[in-house]
Amino acid sequence: MSNNDAREQANKKLGFKLLWIVGAALLFGFALVPLYNVLCTMTGLNGKTNATADVTSNKVDETRLVTVEFTSNVMPGLGWNFYPEQPSIKVHPGQIETVNFVAKNNTNETVAGQAVPSVSPGLASPHFKKIECFCFIRQELKAGETKLMPLRFYVSTDLPTDVKAVTLSYAFYSAVKPSN
Amino acid sequence: MSYTTTANHDEHHDHPTGIMRWLTTTNHKDIGTMYLTFSLIMFLVGGAMILAVRAELFQPGLQLMQPEFYNQLIGVHALVMIFAALMPAATGFANWMLPLQIGAPDMALPRLNNWGFWLLPPAAILLTLPFTLAMFGIGDGAIATGWTFYAPLSIQGGMGVDFAIFSVHLLGISSVLGSINVIVTILNMRTPGMTLMKMPMFAWSWLVTAFLLIATIPVLAGAVTMLLTDRHFGTHFFDAAGGGDPILFQHLFWFFGHPEVYIVLLPIWGFMPQILQTFSRKPMYGYKAQVISLWAIGALALVVWAHHFFTVGMPVPALLYFMYSTMAISLPLAVLFFCWIATIWKGSLSFETPMLFAIGWIVLFGIGGLTGLVLADVAADAQYHHSYFVVAHFHYTLFAGGMMGVMAGVYYWLPKMTGHMFSERLGKLHFWLTAISFNLTFIPQFFLGLAGMPRRIPDYALQFAEFNAISTVAAFVLGLSQLIFVYNIVSCVRGGKKATDRVWEGAEGLEWTLPSPPPYHSFTEQPIVK
Repeated sequence: MSNNDAREQANKKLGFKLLWIVGAALLFGFALVPLYNVLCTMTGLNGKTNATADVTSNKVDETRLVTVEFTSNVMPGLGWNFYPEQPSIKVHPGQIETVNFVAKNNTNETVAGQAVPSVSPGLASPHFKKIECFCFIRQELKAGETKLMPLRFYVSTDLPTDVKAVTLSYAFYSAVKPSN
Repeated sequence: MSYTTTANHDEHHDHPTGIMRWLTTTNHKDIGTMYLTFSLIMFLVGGAMILAVRAELFQPGLQLMQPEFYNQLIGVHALVMIFAALMPAATGFANWMLPLQIGAPDMALPRLNNWGFWLLPPAAILLTLPFTLAMFGIGDGAIATGWTFYAPLSIQGGMGVDFAIFSVHLLGISSVLGSINVIVTILNMRTPGMTLMKMPMFAWSWLVTAFLLIATIPVLAGAVTMLLTDRHFGTHFFDAAGGGDPILFQHLFWFFGHPEVYIVLLPIWGFMPQILQTFSRKPMYGYKAQVISLWAIGALALVVWAHHFFTVGMPVPALLYFMYSTMAISLPLAVLFFCWIATIWKGSLSFETPMLFAIGWIVLFGIGGLTGLVLADVAADAQYHHSYFVVAHFHYTLFAGGMMGVMAGVYYWLPKMTGHMFSERLGKLHFWLTAISFNLTFIPQFFLGLAGMPRRIPDYALQFAEFNAISTVAAFVLGLSQLIFVYNIVSCVRGGKKATDRVWEGAEGLEWTLPSPPPYHSFTEQPIVK
């Protein structure tokens, strides 16, 4: 009988040890959320780029011209018009430019929206530097209001030379909570 | 770790009868029987769902159902077949056969075992209940996102998504409990003399499966929990407006989803060589190579998930990594195929029903594997992604490689479990009808995929009509042939020619040393393995 008890004890012990693996796997699943964001921001995978860039070294590379194209989408649930003033612009790497997007609230109430940027090709996204962007914060438009939304950016000089054009796409979402 | 056991389970001999026997049982054979019965019932339920889908696809246009209901059927069909038919079948075999094969009196954690099974029926009810509720005007039906729950579609879906999320939670807890039990049983309960490298291949394959399960099911549970909080509690894990990312869901889902395909197939790769050696009357070829290959596939399965969404817009280096790592899986898998074929090479073959299924399985699963290699190619996948080619491919792996493998196992062990021989004639008829109609169902779908027909659509362009008609007719033959299977099992349980202890002339292993059917408590005297 004692043998049997010893075996049951050992079984329970191993069973509980295995529960640690289960717990670790569950944690790992949730840890993937920040890990994925860090990985994408570091490598520019998925075109994630939303950090404020500094303007310490803005040597301009006059020998190259890069086309920057702008596209915009308004996601369902947000009754706005939203479009860039110009479809594209040619810039030298390092040169700081400002472009404007136009947003108009077609509804008759105050609505908040959040723009989410994406840069393609994805590998160019770490080299696309935004100094000032309407996408950094939630934007609020009163009923029927039209607003110019500026974006100040430059393309860094270390952009791979085979990239001739960079597309910046914005999706404007209805912000989930009203701002204070 | 090995212990000596004596016969001391006899005090439990007076088990309750009737329904209480099944509700309260901690006996591994009872629980195995319940798992297998549950699996068979859900196999028929999932099959009925997909026959309705095939009926709709018989002709272009919408004849029988609205697209919303069609979407519910395909998603629930997949969830039922994977979580409620294939996985419980593998767990049922593990319960029935692992203790017998390694000379243990029962599973290591019998009460956990009971709970593990009884979580399944509520989960199945949760999954299918929204269909019934919708009939009474409550809600808008079952989950309609396909089995993958992709955000943002699943965030926008109706309450069927919530039901499916809770169902997945229950199914996940059940699988994790079952896996812990299997690992403890294999590591702690082997009879003296049975070293790890003397274990039956089925035990090895289940050990890999169980570790994969406890490492990946929690990630799925986490992902669907995030989905739930996104839907109801204002979080933004997968909602871009709040800084989340819908692509993240695909990573989380397939981090579980890819190992999942090995989870349902590995147990079959375990018992299949045992069937092959039995009917070839010679020892299994390459035992060590098979064990190493099983572990290699288990490890690789964890690092290749993104090949399920090559077209999502990943950078080239990531595409290349996932392509090469996916293709690398075919190396250990090729070793397994080689070992299976070498096992029957120059053997004294006889073709009883289990052997027919086993050989048909090698061929058809081989087609599934090779077409998977086509899809693993990033350049080719850009064309085939989300087409019927994918549907045909994964049915070759999961129906032929999965279900037909399970059927081989059922025919192989049924006489041992019931003590009666099944009808060999009906078994062979079942095999030929299944194999032929299966191919007639899915070969046309390869062509449809190559011709550009997308999956998950209830209506299609006219040029796809002929192949769809063939596929539908064959699918109905395939579905109806399974009734022969059911009839054969039921009549075998109720009676028939008495099975001998060894059942099959060439059968090797501890389970064949016991009487057929084995006594309620087996191995109260420990067998010795030399």
